Amino acid sequence: MSRPVVTLASIKRLSEPERPKIKASSSCASASDPRIADHPCYSEEAHHYFARMHVAVAPACNIQCNYCNRKFDCANESRPGVVSEKLTVEEGLQKVLAVAAKVPQMSVVGIAGPGDSLAGASAPKTFALFKAVRAALPDVKLCLSTNGLALAEHVPQLQELGIDHITVTLNAVDAEVGEKIYPWIFWQGRRLTGREAAQTLLERQLLGIEKAVQAGMLVKINSVLIPGINDDHLPLVHKAVQERGVFLHNIMPLISNPEHGTVFGLAGQPAPTNAQLESVQEACGIDAKLMRHCRQCRADAVGMLGEDRGQEFTSDKLPAQAQINHEARHLYRSVVAEERADRKAAALRADAALALAAHSPKRRVAVCTKGGGRINEHFGHAREFRLYDVDATGLSFVGVRRADNYCQGGWGEDDNMEAILKALEGCEAVLVSKIGRCPKDELAKAGIDAVDGYALSYIEEGLSNWYAGLALPARISA
Amino acid sequence: MAYKIIASMCTGCGACEFECPNKAIKESDGVFIIKADKCTECEGAFDTPQCAAVCPVDDTCVPA
Ligand code: SF4
Ligand code: SF4
Repeated sequence: MSRPVVTLASIKRLSEPERPKIKASSSCASASDPRIADHPCYSEEAHHYFARMHVAVAPACNIQCNYCNRKFDCANESRPGVVSEKLTVEEGLQKVLAVAAKVPQMSVVGIAGPGDSLAGASAPKTFALFKAVRAALPDVKLCLSTNGLALAEHVPQLQELGIDHITVTLNAVDAEVGEKIYPWIFWQGRRLTGREAAQTLLERQLLGIEKAVQAGMLVKINSVLIPGINDDHLPLVHKAVQERGVFLHNIMPLISNPEHGTVFGLAGQPAPTNAQLESVQEACGIDAKLMRHCRQCRADAVGMLGEDRGQEFTSDKLPAQAQINHEARHLYRSVVAEERADRKAAALRADAALALAAHSPKRRVAVCTKGGGRINEHFGHAREFRLYDVDATGLSFVGVRRADNYCQGGWGEDDNMEAILKALEGCEAVLVSKIGRCPKDELAKAGIDAVDGYALSYIEEGLSNWYAGLALPARISA
Repeated sequence: MAYKIIASMCTGCGACEFECPNKAIKESDGVFIIKADKCTECEGAFDTPQCAAVCPVDDTCVPA
């Protein structure tokens, strides 16, 4: 049961026992844990088969962050973490049912804002929606994201509802750092500012995390990397949360743009570069699992991998009564079980391919996929790229790079290519299902080889064969 | 002796409605409004007007 999907990873782990690296298969070490096996946000592998949706029933917040502007609201903007829709509990349930009827892959319903899911005005709505979803769709997992200020006192209620995943955003464990990120918090009828605010917040966050872990929940920590403010501090945050037994610590890049009107955006606070992000992840990741496949979903995101089908399910498009086909949902799960077994077999073949290429240097390569763990996305449709490092001992998942982080509209093709080239920085090749002549030439100019010879094969197998310079084995399961 | 909400600034988040000790705040057309006759400026209940303390937009809950 505990056999990892990419067995080469285990080989690599054996050769570096004291410094386990993050692997594509790292989440699979615990994939037998039913709490994460089908959870796309916790298991990198499940990410290929299951979808999550976030329901925006929690607009009220209890703290102010310098990277957030609560007035900001734009339907064209796909800025992660921001939603344009605010739903009542009834509308939220209607949306969940509509998505469940249309998207059998949906396995997780989360509440992540747009404010804080546990703030005074939000908590009653959060709990009401969870109760309603639990009753209508017992097979769906519920999860919640919070800033942690009001977590400790809600742990018993969360436990009662059977919520076993929570995400806490924790950016600092030192008030001196925290006060540069949080101008104020609302706590027990008072607005606290400055160091007092940061100190209270971090104490409540750590207490909440401890209580949730003690209650047996899987706690994931998100930290926003803010260059010059908490980059040197995040290893300390990592240590603090690790000591408290959190399940995953995920570092996300600050999104900073003057147009968003945030304090950081207006002050010209830069977002981290890919290299900065990786170096901080590395500094923290020495003895931890990191979740590099996270893509900072918006609070109303719907879909798999990088897709966001949220626009299909806005309130005006919802049917009054959605027909849930429970059978289709079960069927989907059995097909997935077969696919997963098949992917494991492919990983074994990948082992063999890599073994032939012993003593070769590490190469970074990007993959376009739309799910199923396969190289199956047309380059022209790709909005994000999965990056891997491959060498003769195995492949390791570097992370997801998005080429649409700030804006979807308003960019010409050329600009988009620029964003794509930036996302592909450092890659020797990109493996796609198909690519047009022009973009292929443009990539070639930038020194990146666009390869469509591994279309439809599993990612592990395609990468290994590309690396080993082998032709594909005769059988390509489509 | 009452507060008001500047409608053009209000995000409609509802944080103030929940905190008001006098149920003086109601939603109307996506934004929130304060019923002046119910508002006590939180006198006797809290040190500071709760709506102003929790509102994410500066200078939105202000003395009428
Ligand atoms: S000042 Fe106090 S009583 Fe008046 S509306 Fe605001 S919260 Fe309610
Ligand atoms: S807290 Fe402020 S922004 Fe939110 S509803 Fe009240 S007045 Fe509007």
